[in-house]
This record gives sequence, C-alpha cells and structure tokens, in this order.
Amino acid sequence: MDGVDVVELSIVIFFFIVVTVMGFVASRWRRAENLMHLDEWGLGGRNFGTWITWFLLGGDLYTAYTFVAVPALMFGAGAAGFFAVPYTVVIYPLVFLVVIRLWSVSHVRGYVTPADFVRARFDSPGMALLVALTGIVATMPYIALQLVGIEAILKAMGVEGELPLIVAFVILALYTYNSGLRAPALIAFVKDTLIYLTIIVAVIVIPVKLGGWDAIFGAAEEKFSAGTGAGVLLPATGQLGYATLALGSALALFLYPHSLTGVLAASNRDVLKRNMSALPVYSLALGFIALLGFMAIAAGVTPIGGDGNTVVPVLFQEMFPSWFAGVAFAAIGIGALVPAAIMSIAAANLFTRNIYKEFLKKDATPRQEAQVAKIVSLVVKFGAVAAILFIDPQFSIDLQLIGGVIILQTLPAVALGLYTRWLHRGGLIAGWFAGMLAGLVMLYNIPRIGPDGTVVREHFGGSSFALSKLGLDVASSVYTGLLALLANLVVAVLVTLLLRAMKVPDGVDATAQSDYTAEREDPTFRDLPDPLQSTPPGLEKTVGESGGRR
Amino acid sequence: MASAATPPAGTPGRTDGAPVRSDRSPWNWLLLVPIVVPLLVPLFNRVEPTLFGWPFFYWVQLVFVGLGVLTTVIVYRATRRSPADQAAARDAISRDARDAAARRTHDRDGGH
Repeated sequence: MDGVDVVELSIVIFFFIVVTVMGFVASRWRRAENLMHLDEWGLGGRNFGTWITWFLLGGDLYTAYTFVAVPALMFGAGAAGFFAVPYTVVIYPLVFLVVIRLWSVSHVRGYVTPADFVRARFDSPGMALLVALTGIVATMPYIALQLVGIEAILKAMGVEGELPLIVAFVILALYTYNSGLRAPALIAFVKDTLIYLTIIVAVIVIPVKLGGWDAIFGAAEEKFSAGTGAGVLLPATGQLGYATLALGSALALFLYPHSLTGVLAASNRDVLKRNMSALPVYSLALGFIALLGFMAIAAGVTPIGGDGNTVVPVLFQEMFPSWFAGVAFAAIGIGALVPAAIMSIAAANLFTRNIYKEFLKKDATPRQEAQVAKIVSLVVKFGAVAAILFIDPQFSIDLQLIGGVIILQTLPAVALGLYTRWLHRGGLIAGWFAGMLAGLVMLYNIPRIGPDGTVVREHFGGSSFALSKLGLDVASSVYTGLLALLANLVVAVLVTLLLRAMKVPDGVDATAQSDYTAEREDPTFRDLPDPLQSTPPGLEKTVGESGGRR
Repeated sequence: MASAATPPAGTPGRTDGAPVRSDRSPWNWLLLVPIVVPLLVPLFNRVEPTLFGWPFFYWVQLVFVGLGVLTTVIVYRATRRSPADQAAARDAISRDARDAAARRTHDRDGGH
C-alpha cells in the first residue's frame, strides 16, 4: 500500500462508518408499524416532508457520477459540458405540473411504480411490462456508474485493488436491505452537508490560489482555442446539440424509476411544488462543480492513468490540505451511495410489482412481495459491482448513454398518459418499438472522434447524431434521444389512428379524472394501500363482469 | 372486454357534474419562460459582458437558475387553492364516492 494518503483515507473511512451506523439506525426512524410491506420498505411509508424530500430528491438526482463526470467533461470538451446547468434549470418547470399529477393518481390508486400507472391507465399489462423492463435496463448501468465515482476517489488516494469498492457496496446493500428508503433519506443529509461545504470552500479557495476567475477562464480559453477555435464558447455547429441534449436529458430524468420513487415518497402536492423551486439550489451548485473542470485546466492537473474522472479528486488533492481533501472525497463517496440505494430500490419495485407479481406469481402476499423486492435490490447492486469489476467501466458509461435514450421512449405512456389516453395501447407499444429501434440504430452509427480528429471507435461513440446523416445539409447534430422520441410519437399516433379506424378496443381506464388532482386530505387518498389488492380498484368490477382480463 | 364506449365504472366526478378540480391556470404559461430561454443558445453564446471574470455564457446560465426558481415560486403562490375551494372539492369527492358506492350496490342487486 505504497503512496496511500493516510489522513485522507482515515477521514473517508470515518465518514463511511458514520453513514453505515446511520443506515442501520434509519429503520427505526419515523417508523411505521411493519417494514415488511412493500410500500413501507420501498417508499419509506410515503410521508416525507419538504426538507426530507429536498435532501432525498437532491441526493437522488445529482449523483456522485454527475459531480465527477460533469467537470471531467468540461476538462475534456469545454463549454459543451456546461449543458448540465440548462438541463437542471429546464427540468423543474417542465415537470412542475406533471409530477404532482402522478403523485396524486398514485396515492389514490396505490401505484408504486410508473409501470403500475401505465398498466391501469391504458389497461395494458404489455405496455407496463415494457415500461418496467426499460426502467430496469436503464437503471442498472446508472448504479454501476456510481461505482465509477467511488473508483475515482480511491485511485486518487492511491488505494489499490478492488476490495474497498466491494466492501463499500456490501455495506450499502446490507443497510438498504435492512431499512429500505429510509436509509438513503437519512444519509442524504450527511452527503449534502459535505457536498455543499466542499463546493463553498472550493469556490472560494481555488480561484484565489489560481489567480482569480480571469486566470481560470483564460487557461480554458487557451486550451480550447486550438481545437474548434471557439475557446470557452460553443462552436456554431454545437449549439443545437447543446440545447437538445439539455432538453432531452431533462425529459428523461423524471422518467427514471428512481426519480419517481423519490417523488412518490413526498407527503403531499405542496411539498413537491415547493421542491420544484428549492431543488435548483443543487443546479447552482452543479454550475460551480462544472467549473472545477476549468480550474483543473488552470491548475495543470494531469488525470491519473488518463482517466478523466480523476481530475476533480486530483484537483482537490493539489489545492486542499489532506484532511479537507478527505472530507471532499467522503462527500463524493457517500454521494454515490445515496442514489445507488434509491436506484436499486426502484429497480426492485419494478421487478416485484410489474414482472414477479404480474407474470410469475399473481397471488403473492405483501410479505412475499417485500421479500422479493429486498432480494432483487441485492441482486441489482451486486450486478452493478460485477459490471464494474469484470467489464470495462467504459461499457457502463456507454450503457448509461443508451439508458437516457431508451428511458425517453416511455414518455408517451408515462408522461403524456397523465394528461390523455388518446394514444391507443397498441399505438404506444408500436411507438416504443419504433423509438427503441431508431435510437439504437442511431447510437450504433455514431463514431467517437478523438481530440486529433481521428475516429477512435466506430460505434456507440456518443449521443449527438449528425443531421447530415439524415441527408440534411447542415453541420449541426441533435441529441439522439429526442430524434428517437420523435419517431416513437409519429408511429404511436399513426398506429392509434389505424387502430381507432379498425375499432380495436382500447381497454378501460382504471383512473378517474379527479384522481389526478387529489390532495392528501381527500377521503379517496390512501396512505398505505394494501398491496394485496394488486388489481387497481377501478378494474375490479370490470374484471368480474367480463370474466377476466385479456 | 369492455370497449372504449363504456364509461369507466365508479368514476367519481365525471358523470354527475360534481366540480372536478383542475390543474389548469393561465399562470402555468409562465413556466414556459424558464423552459424556453435556457435553450435559446445563440442568444447567450458570447463572452461579453463578463462578470467577475466570468464570460457571459457561464454567468447568465446561473442567472437562469434564479429565473427558474422565481417563476416556479410565482406559479406555486398564484395557483394555490384557497381553503374554501379545497373543502368544497373534498365534499364533492366524498359525495361522489358515496353515490358511486350506492350505484354499485344497485347494479349488483338489480342491474344487468
């Protein structure tokens, strides 16, 4: 263990012990009677107030990977990396009206996952299965990426081998198994305190050491003028790609199952609305974090082993005394645990509710449901560790890129579904396949261009698709996810028109208009729905009358 | 399988004219501002005017964070339901639920 920074490592270990203890204690915190109900374990009893929701959603949406990868992107690509700021500005007004509708209908009808909602709204277990599978597939590499964040700090501290990574995740797995969503909610307090402390100190101390913001932007200007000639700005051809990537990522974020898990755990609509105004504080922090990439350029940081993700840890080491670098590393490390925990819970919920209970064991008891969810969340986490250890981490990064594109294909069913069920379930399914196919074909055809302009890799090299490939005479490129979503919507509309013309039945809507605006105080509101009742209430009667579903 | 023509059973607030609460409000259009402005990249892709050494491109996008907060706060405050509205809506929902339950009982006993 040569070259290990003992002070840094001791501080990181100290904070890990603190959060581990908190993780186990969490099961007693704001506890309801029985943690063996899926709702209780998976949604934390659904009674999180404004502050807890703020910490939970903040910890959930702004992950360790974001904190490591966004500055790495700024370091390597310049202004294009700053898309993370408009992305996280646009998102809240965009979902302001949408998430509260989902919150209301989920609470009236007892939905735990987006697939639950789709199943009932469109009377389509098939589309629900597609939503569940998409969610699980998109979430898995996201969890693996959190490990990339931890790996970066371990590398910077000079810790060799994979054992520490495994230990960190075993602990994480155990306390989420034990405490469900309560563990990440409680740990998020520690994580965010450390993150904000680190950022405030970094933004004050580092520019002073480097000779001011002029010097920082000057160094970046110098580095990037050589390539595109645009310096610290976007080249003319990169502007459309920047805007569409910000918009597409914003549309995608709240479709991820883990965001919805955080949303549904909120105690009422006002809590969510207030959070849409309070969460941008994290976006402000993210803006400063992004600029750490430029600070690293000015400080002349060389990434360890050419791994761009290590620029921030290395910068902290060069700028801070060991003990504070340790605090900053702990922030990143714990920042990885919170979202990883919520993501694995969300993936487990999807599997349990929409695959296990729907297709494998229809008569599962609440106890069995909760048990299966816990085991799946363990499997998902160990799958993520295995992915990092045995497969090239680059593979996870590529998969996460694909994840954003494919999760967008659930938008017509999940987000539009909250407003209208004009789209036919057959149209939604056809649209999903069309969007998926279009997205994957486009991603396959994007090469990765190295800094010297040569093709490093033929396929899956990025997410911005050159419009010239569609025969358009422009040099701009567009975010693949949006193009795929467009294909999805066109097909969904056409197939819907066709099916309506053929008078194909579109099933029964198991939700009522008033469900979407229900408040917590309403008599129809259900705090802890009985998971025994797997059929949404509106369906029971129909099922009885027509002698079963399809 | 029931077809689309069959109205969903036991749907409160749809058939008997009870006030369905609405999310709709002209204030919501204000939310478009922080969605559209940050995406108009050509408008702010420049260096001047700088602020504390920051090029315009960077500091203005942090200002957009504030714009987003401001608009969501305004919309939230302007569209909050009055306590009287909330109480009326709750009454309507429980009345509908009772009616629907009565209708269901009726259907089971004497219907079809």
